Amino acid sequence: MTEAPLGLLAELTHRCPLHCPYCSNPVELVQRADELDTATWQRVFDEARELGVLQLHLSGGEPLARPDLPELLGHASGLGCYTNLVTSGLGLTADRLADLVDRGLDHVQLSVQDSDRSNANLIAGVKGYDRKLSAARLIKDAQLPLTVNAVMHKANLDHIGGIIALAEEMGADRLELANTQYYGWALRNRAALLPTREQLAAAGPVVRQAQERLAGQMEIVYVIADYHEANPKPCMYGWGSRQLTVAPNGDVLPCPAASVITSLPVQNVTRSSLSEIWYDSETFNAFRGTEWMREPCLSCPRKEIDFGGCRCQAFQLTGDAAATDPVCTLSPDHGLVQDILATEIVEARPAFAMRRSV
Amino acid sequence: MTSIDSVPRVRRGVRCTYDKTRNSDVVLFPEGVLLLNETAAAVVSRCDGSSSVGDIALSLADEFDGVQPDDVIELVDRLVTRRVVDVD
Repeated sequence: MTEAPLGLLAELTHRCPLHCPYCSNPVELVQRADELDTATWQRVFDEARELGVLQLHLSGGEPLARPDLPELLGHASGLGCYTNLVTSGLGLTADRLADLVDRGLDHVQLSVQDSDRSNANLIAGVKGYDRKLSAARLIKDAQLPLTVNAVMHKANLDHIGGIIALAEEMGADRLELANTQYYGWALRNRAALLPTREQLAAAGPVVRQAQERLAGQMEIVYVIADYHEANPKPCMYGWGSRQLTVAPNGDVLPCPAASVITSLPVQNVTRSSLSEIWYDSETFNAFRGTEWMREPCLSCPRKEIDFGGCRCQAFQLTGDAAATDPVCTLSPDHGLVQDILATEIVEARPAFAMRRSV
Repeated sequence: MTSIDSVPRVRRGVRCTYDKTRNSDVVLFPEGVLLLNETAAAVVSRCDGSSSVGDIALSLADEFDGVQPDDVIELVDRLVTRRVVDVD
């Protein structure tokens, strides 16, 4: 039986002052004119809460780029949702933050690109490092719980110890060190982002030591680099299982990357209710449970653990969204991943194709 | 480890509420959502940073039959692991 979703990732806008080459937004960004208006977002939040959503991640792009963010956040909080602001920190002022806190903001997730100022600015494509330090101070002064999120890749993995120290300095309660997942802009920049095995091997012990040293003080979540693993990741804890994403134009997706699966029809909040989309749509039902699986997944003892891996990755690499995730060593297409690792990891890092502005 | 003298407190950023969709008390926090049964909800509501585990067990005994201090210790331990409460 399909259970109600717990979380909604609301991509309020794709506009963003940053140009990170690993951005999880799709390469085809939604234009400002196509963004949902305030009233429609509020209706989406009403429907989400009615459906069972308890956690609302206000994300983007940069959610602070929406002038109506305070109204939207207040509306979500008033419905009883836990509100999480996922931000670059650019554009956050003491006044704006105080307003959001008044309206019920529960938690902030702040992105950092690197602990090295010039490298951080290079990765972000904008001089944002010092403004992030200021944003972290504002968040702590407001006594909000803070998660720092750093996407890890070839150009910053060697600084992982420095990034941990930066998060400590910022007073983070949690730190997510997430190796890049290759979707959207990150897929386009894969060769510039893929770390070497040596880099990953060196980073692991640094993280483990910090996890021990900071136990009870700052929780460190380390998301592994899945191309280098033997088993695929249990993406989203299963398709259409716990969370849904609404894109700036109202498209409803099982995960932020799922628009790449062009073999599935696109659902939109202007045509159907969230409840119809979650429970009844072809898109959300396509890979629920295990009936859709083929071998080697079908008889695999891990099928309820990793759910055959990521559907978007399967589609991107094989053209078939129902295939076993090629990251899995049991996949008949695993050679594709081995080829990528063998050919794309090179000494000199190729230039980044920076994420465009909208 | 939690003991009978430990004083648990709900962590900053954790919100407790009732979800009418699931007909359950829930704890909301940055990492996720926990559904609570009635006893667990009563324990969480008493993790106020001044009552000890012993105090909580005593106050629950009025409302719920058969709640032992060890049950409260075990539950608080689980809540600490999930970063819902801290103990002093």
